[in-house]
Amino acid sequence: MPGQTLTDRRVDEIIGGLLRYGVMLSAAVVAAGGVWYLIQYGGSAPAYHVFRSEPEYLRHVRGIVTGIPGFHCRRIIQLGLLLLISTPVARVAFSVAAFALQRDRSYVVITLIVLTVLLLSLSGRFSG
Amino acid sequence: MNVLELTGVIALISLVAGFLGSLTGLGGGVVITPAMVLLLGIDLHYAIGATLISVIATSSGAAAAYVREGFSNIRIGMFLEIATTIGAVTGAYLAALISPSALAVVFGAVLLQSAWMSTRSHPAVQGGRPADRLANCLKLNGSFPVAGGTRAYKVSHVKTGFGIMFIAGALSGLLGIGSGALKVIAMDRAMHIPFKVSTTTSNFMIGVTAAASAGVYLQRGYIDPGLTMPVVLGVLAGSIAGARLLPGAPTRILRWVFAAVVGTLAVEMIYNGFAGKM
Repeated sequence: MPGQTLTDRRVDEIIGGLLRYGVMLSAAVVAAGGVWYLIQYGGSAPAYHVFRSEPEYLRHVRGIVTGIPGFHCRRIIQLGLLLLISTPVARVAFSVAAFALQRDRSYVVITLIVLTVLLLSLSGRFSG
Repeated sequence: MNVLELTGVIALISLVAGFLGSLTGLGGGVVITPAMVLLLGIDLHYAIGATLISVIATSSGAAAAYVREGFSNIRIGMFLEIATTIGAVTGAYLAALISPSALAVVFGAVLLQSAWMSTRSHPAVQGGRPADRLANCLKLNGSFPVAGGTRAYKVSHVKTGFGIMFIAGALSGLLGIGSGALKVIAMDRAMHIPFKVSTTTSNFMIGVTAAASAGVYLQRGYIDPGLTMPVVLGVLAGSIAGARLLPGAPTRILRWVFAAVVGTLAVEMIYNGFAGKM
């Protein structure tokens, strides 16, 4: 049944689009937050010579997405960066579905292992 | 230097790094971290955090184009990503336990290796090798488009490739780099995958590997939005411009220029590491 099956080629094309738009969207969010950040803090003195980690709300997925009420320029940038980190994760998640539709059981398992590592990492399980 | 000026300088360095990285196919990430640390005195952890995120941007951006051309092999990539992601998480975990000086020395050594690699030409693909049993089992053998049709290839030494991929992932997580060079070695030299397929599949894998470390970096507070913003946007703009100019660019000369820059930064990093200046 041509046109019905999800060929490797078609999957490649969808993944290509997913990555392209993911990067474009996150770059736009980062740029918007960046302009705001420079307007607000452009004249102040940077302090990156000593490592002091980031505030709590910029260090967790939940904090960045729903954290403190209201918008803040640094949080907008972080949200854009999180979108960027999510593009490869979305790609792997899509591949799980694509392999499942192709009834390729061993690759569903392989892809799920990769997805699990990514999600555990993002949820902070490996940070010690 | 205020925040605006610093952001401008970092954006410019990242733009040039992304441009050269894309033209030479080496990725610009390796240059940005040492430049930020050595020239601007930024803490190594912030620098590797910002660079790692830019690696995701260039990988996803370039992979979008490569995937459509049909060179990258998603099965090979996905299977080997088990090794690179677990390696990346391990490396990212270790990054906090190792002193910045030791980290700088390791970084310098990896830089030296990639500078040396970049000046060497790639040997022709040796065909006709028997495929691994594991490769058949995992359906890793594939084909890629050539003028007037497709060419099939077989994959061998899957276990060796898998092992090297773990190390590539660990270095990526430890140093915030893409480790594209080592990924290509694993596929091209160890597994006998055609060079073009190796490089595009490697590029495809870099983003997923980096995303695995990014989770750890984020929780550790290595990712500063103000610092990462100019790096990501600069590298992205530079690599897009580089990709546009790629046909007809004097890549041989650029490779030597890039290798010289990377080699110099490598020596500086190692010196600073041993001198305890990090």
